[in-house]
Formats: sequence, C-alpha cells, structure tokens
Amino acid sequence: MAEAKPVERPLSPHLQIYRPQMTSMSSILTRITGNGIIVGVLLLVWWLLAAATSPGYFNFVNAIATSWFGDLVFTLSLLGVWYHYLAGIRHLIWDSAKMMDIKTAELLGWICIIGSVVLTALTLIIIHL
Amino acid sequence: MRYLTDRKRAVGKGASGTGTEHHWWMSASAVALAFMIPTWLYIVGTTLGLPQQAVIATFSQPFPAILTALVVIVGMRHFAKGTEIWIEDYARGTTGKALKIAMHSLAYVIMATALYALGKMVFIGLLLGANG
Repeated sequence: MAEAKPVERPLSPHLQIYRPQMTSMSSILTRITGNGIIVGVLLLVWWLLAAATSPGYFNFVNAIATSWFGDLVFTLSLLGVWYHYLAGIRHLIWDSAKMMDIKTAELLGWICIIGSVVLTALTLIIIHL
Repeated sequence: MRYLTDRKRAVGKGASGTGTEHHWWMSASAVALAFMIPTWLYIVGTTLGLPQQAVIATFSQPFPAILTALVVIVGMRHFAKGTEIWIEDYARGTTGKALKIAMHSLAYVIMATALYALGKMVFIGLLLGANG
C-alpha cells in the first residue's frame, strides 16, 4: 500500500561523497561564475548611476571602480563572464545531443577553463589598445 | 470515469511543474546574450576609466545605450531565473521561496537602476548636444 508519509529525500548534488571530476567541476564552475558575476554587475551599474548623477558622486564611485579593488572585481567578473559564456555554449551543444561521450565532455571542460583565461587576456589587451 | 486524456493528466505533475519552459527560456536568452556580450564588453571596457563627460557621451549614443539596456534586461532575467535552479538544489519550502523572491528582486532593482542611469545620460547628452 502506498505510504502517505512524506519521505525525507536528500537534496540533489551530494558534493561530499563525489570524487571531483572534470565534468562535475566544470558544471559547478558554471554555477559559481553565473552567480559571481553579479558582484561585477553591481559595481558597474553603481558606476553608471554615478555617471548620471553628479561630478562629486562620479568621482567617488569612479575612484572605487578604477582602484585595485575595482580592477580585481572587474577582471574576475570578466573571467567569470567568459567561462560562463563558453560553458553556456557547451550546454547548447549538449542540448542538441552532440559531444556527450565522456572523453569529449571532459575536453570541452578544458576548453571552457583554458578558453576563458585566453579570452579574458585577449579582452584586456584589446580594450587597452 | 474522468474524461481527461493521459497527456492532460500528466501536465504539470513533473518536478519542474512547468515542463521544459524554464530550460527553453534559459537557452533562448543564452543565445541572445552570446550575440550581445562580446560587443558590449568592448564598449564597457573602453569606457571604464574615462572622465564623466566621456562616459556620458558614450552611453548617450543610441547603439551603446540600447545594447546596454538589452544586456541588462536580458542578463538580469537570465540571472534571476538561473538562480532558481541552484536555490531548488539547496533550499526548499519557505526558505527557497524567500531566496527566489530576493534574487528576482535584486535583479529587478539592478535592471531599473541601470535603465534610469542610461535614460538620464541620454537626456544629459541631448542637453549638452543642444548647447554645443
């Protein structure tokens, strides 16, 4: 007979018991970068608001946005954006049921990680030209 | 006997409650963002660090203003709906609902603030253009 009592099921990813693998780590990184980017967005939108407000307020926020702290936030956000970008494309590829065997999936993980570093460096070079 | 088709009985009973709608929306917005992000990064990257006048001059132009508005609107919806998935993995019940509401609210506050700033810069740009 069906039990009416609700079953206490564990919440999904059992991070504690899984051995770290390329596929799981690159998936978790997608989540971390997707959420982490919000810090850069907050600083950027604050900076936009300041530019639209007054010279005094702009100088205050611009000093933060262009300080070592701002550089760190924006550089990490840029890295996060590119990683999430490549990982997102990887998901679009997988959605079409292509490149899903473990070897290729792991290779795509490496492409996301190395690619995000390369694209971040390229972006920084291009915008400073 | 209930005169319902099997399909009708099944709709809404899955784990998501809304079928593949969320997944499809995330894919569609991801493609939109993929097209916009590289150009937008270039515009923002080359404007960051410039004096206020130059920042206003950039964002009061049609292309940077519209592109930034689109990236913020689509990006913040993509963010808010994306956070739902990890919240569902780690929190349930009232905590889960509260976290989802908080994330959606944060996204909308950022969106509204950015649109306000853009609108005002376009307006200032118009005034400066009219004077110069």
